[in-house]
Amino acid sequence: MALLEIKNLHANVDGTEILKGINLVVEPGEVHAVMGPNGSGKSTLSYVLAGREGYEVTAGEVLYKGTNLLEMAPEERAREGVFLAFQYPVEIPGVGTMTFLRTAVNAVRKHRGLPEYDAMQFLKVVREKAKALNIPDEMLKRAVNTGFSGGEKKRAEALQAALLDPAMMILDETDSGLDIDALRLVAESFDAMRDAQRSMLVITHYQRILHYLVPDKVHVLARGQIMRSGGKELAEELEAKGYAEFVGEAA
Amino acid sequence: MSTSEALAKADTGAPPYLDALADLGGRLPHGPDWLDDLRGRGRAAYAAEGLPTRKTEAWKYTAVAKAGAFTHAELAPPAAIDGARGADFGLESWRLVLVNGRVRPEMSALEGLPEGVTVAGLADTLAHAPERLRPHLGGVLGLEAMPLAALNTAYLGDGAFVHVPRGVVLDRPVQIVSLGAAGEAPVMFHPRHLLVLEDGAAATVVETHVGGGRYFANTVTEVALGHGARLAHAKMQDEGPEAVHVAACAVRLAENAAYDGLVLHTGARLARHELRAEIAGPGAACTMNGAFLADGNRHVDNTLFIDHAAPNGSSRQVFRGVLDDAARGVYQGKVLVERPAQKTDAHQLSRALLLSRGAEMDAKPELEIYADDVKCGHGATTGELDTAHLFYLRGRGVDLPTARRMLVEAFIADIIDAFPDATVREAFAGRVGAWLDGHAEAAR
Repeated sequence: MALLEIKNLHANVDGTEILKGINLVVEPGEVHAVMGPNGSGKSTLSYVLAGREGYEVTAGEVLYKGTNLLEMAPEERAREGVFLAFQYPVEIPGVGTMTFLRTAVNAVRKHRGLPEYDAMQFLKVVREKAKALNIPDEMLKRAVNTGFSGGEKKRAEALQAALLDPAMMILDETDSGLDIDALRLVAESFDAMRDAQRSMLVITHYQRILHYLVPDKVHVLARGQIMRSGGKELAEELEAKGYAEFVGEAA
Repeated sequence: MSTSEALAKADTGAPPYLDALADLGGRLPHGPDWLDDLRGRGRAAYAAEGLPTRKTEAWKYTAVAKAGAFTHAELAPPAAIDGARGADFGLESWRLVLVNGRVRPEMSALEGLPEGVTVAGLADTLAHAPERLRPHLGGVLGLEAMPLAALNTAYLGDGAFVHVPRGVVLDRPVQIVSLGAAGEAPVMFHPRHLLVLEDGAAATVVETHVGGGRYFANTVTEVALGHGARLAHAKMQDEGPEAVHVAACAVRLAENAAYDGLVLHTGARLARHELRAEIAGPGAACTMNGAFLADGNRHVDNTLFIDHAAPNGSSRQVFRGVLDDAARGVYQGKVLVERPAQKTDAHQLSRALLLSRGAEMDAKPELEIYADDVKCGHGATTGELDTAHLFYLRGRGVDLPTARRMLVEAFIADIIDAFPDATVREAFAGRVGAWLDGHAEAAR
């Protein structure tokens, strides 16, 4: 069974149709890149999959592990293993990072029938994962994403992914706002999470993140539809030729 | 006076609550002539204004006259005290406890106060050393346009007297607990506190307001801060759910004095905290921050008046409120910068979170400036929880009620975290958590 199956997905934002019939199947263990020009609907697709308010699905369906994903609340999706790494993670002043992480991780563990961590156990788990991402204790003591640089925010997203152990990761423009070293660190940490069961949807404008996170399949999203699909070589072709041919086509 | 009589008085326009003065007879503590004179001025000021109605500008959002009718607590049969509360009232501290406005030495804990520091009952001090009160009692608070403070003055009898001599720094908080206890008859009482910090003294004073039943606590606190004195003054308004709480706090700051105020409202069906601060000496700094959490039909009013009468002063007020159901919040903040108060730096900000459509917030920040070289600002916002924040938390598996709670707690925590004393921060944060637990329970 496919892990994620998107069938003829149409979605509106503020009454405007952004997604115009997306079809996409992701098998367990596969990494798919969704590439496209600005305004093609990439972020809309990621928000629809994560369940953000204000993204109205008008037609089609999304099956996750064979069940209707679109009927689930955002927290249910997260507990079932859907994880969206945000392009712009929000700052939440006043909510401590550790409090947030432990609340989230324990909610997910409880749902999966795993024992919840106490504060001491959790600190140990976080420190170990944080170390691999070059996240100092000082960052963990701050409020969620508050005052973090662009690179720190993306590393914090990677830490959350590592802690929540999702099955379906959606990486929304993870490369935006990152310098080369930070990009490599974050992309390699995601790459290290690849296994036979875990799948990823890497949403990106540029090819560079795909050097570290080599996709099994590449799709071109333009004007709300998948225009073309292929192997990793398609990403290189796009890098060379740009998106002009897809943007230029008549709707 | 009975309840029905009080209502009758209100209907005929003659101000209620004065008759009990005669009924009380000799039960108010006797004192020197100046005290009788002060009470008389309170009585006259209250009689002239009466109980404020919504036609009174300063009370236009808060209908205290409709709060019900109350008998003076001294004339009502004694009520049982809620024994469930911890004896330290949530804070390790020196402690003076009042029940219905009367000091209860057997519930108080004042051992080990540093040499020269006074924490005593006001009635006791009036009886034995009234001259210690005379320089400031009734001298910090103006009675004009303060009818309930005037009523308190008319009944001035007991409360707390805190005096910290020159240069003395207290290393743990002084807590003044006001416990309201009403039986079948709704009761009213008028605690009166005087806090005096001489030049260079420093202290943390916490007012804790708790109780049960239908009572009206009408408190006045006067604060006189000497040259360079520093007072951290926190108030936990956690009155019983049927209570009416009206408090006026008047502060005078001498040169370079600092007042750090914090009020947390989690109780009462109708509450008003009014601060009147006078920057009387150059370089003085007045902070008055507040937080309130209200649900049901509860009403919370914070009214502030900061008078910059001297140069180089600063004042900061940040208020944050969380309103659910049909609760209502009021913020009225006025900063007056007088002509001599050059280089004044004054800011005030009111932010409210409305958790339901029925909740309402009225915010009225005002500036009146007569000096030309000042930095002043104010703002007021009312909004809902940030949907982007909620989505982020939920996207990580946190359920909606928990996510909302985390955001509300964070919103209020900012205010509490700014208070200088760590034990107070911890106690107040704990109270916020408990309120949110109770609120979540009630919503279930």
